[in-house]
Amino acid sequence: MEVERPSADVRPDLPWLTIVWNDPVNLMSYVTYVFQSVFGYSREKAEKLMLDVHHKGKAVVSSGTREEMERDVQIMHSYGLWATVQQDS
Amino acid sequence: MSSGFKAGRGGTVIADFDVAEVSVLRSLMTQILDLIEPGTTGDDPLERALGIGSSEEPTDPVLARLFPSAYEDDALSAEFRRYTEATLRDAKRADAQTMLDSAVPGRVELTAEQAQSWMRALNDVRLALGTRLEVTEEVHDEIAGMPEDDPRYPAFVTYDWLTYLQDTLVRALW
Repeated sequence: MEVERPSADVRPDLPWLTIVWNDPVNLMSYVTYVFQSVFGYSREKAEKLMLDVHHKGKAVVSSGTREEMERDVQIMHSYGLWATVQQDS
Repeated sequence: MSSGFKAGRGGTVIADFDVAEVSVLRSLMTQILDLIEPGTTGDDPLERALGIGSSEEPTDPVLARLFPSAYEDDALSAEFRRYTEATLRDAKRADAQTMLDSAVPGRVELTAEQAQSWMRALNDVRLALGTRLEVTEEVHDEIAGMPEDDPRYPAFVTYDWLTYLQDTLVRALW
């Protein structure tokens, strides 16, 4: 099923990003576990991303097409992580 | 107080809770099921089949946290919500229901799948409680310095216990 999209803001040459934002509830262990199990990242990479979220307030956790990023954000929301889709600029 | 969860054999997780603890956990899951209504979709059978529902951001801060906006842009966010929120509501309800069904006193062996549902459901209830209590990252210290007759004390202690449980569950699943 094709979902109708506004076309003016879509520049297919630029990848899209999934951003995870810091919040005071999600545990460091849990966030690391989710990055590892959802994206298949190594423990080291998952921990680095988790620490970026914690210290810098946000981190890019995946990149790709808009459809892929919307799927990733949906998965993040199912785990209760605060995530948004953004176009790389 | 319960030691939480332990890794079992073959990816399973052992939960061991007493009657009072199970009662608290079941009550919290019932509240989550009351809070998160089933995904509402339009009358159109095709829209229902596709899970297309409301595009409006919830006004309740707890629901807004459980169902966050996916885009900074309001129009894009509404569009995304229309296509995804009903499915997400149903998934969160299914996790809470799984935990409600399998939370019984004594030693319980949870399948890996059940344990994943427990982990997400515990996180949802922590998000709900944490948002209501407006917790900060210093919540643990805040509780340590809180007098026991503070009206917020029982809710904060429950939150702290859930935090401990979730952490032990994550470590049991790892």
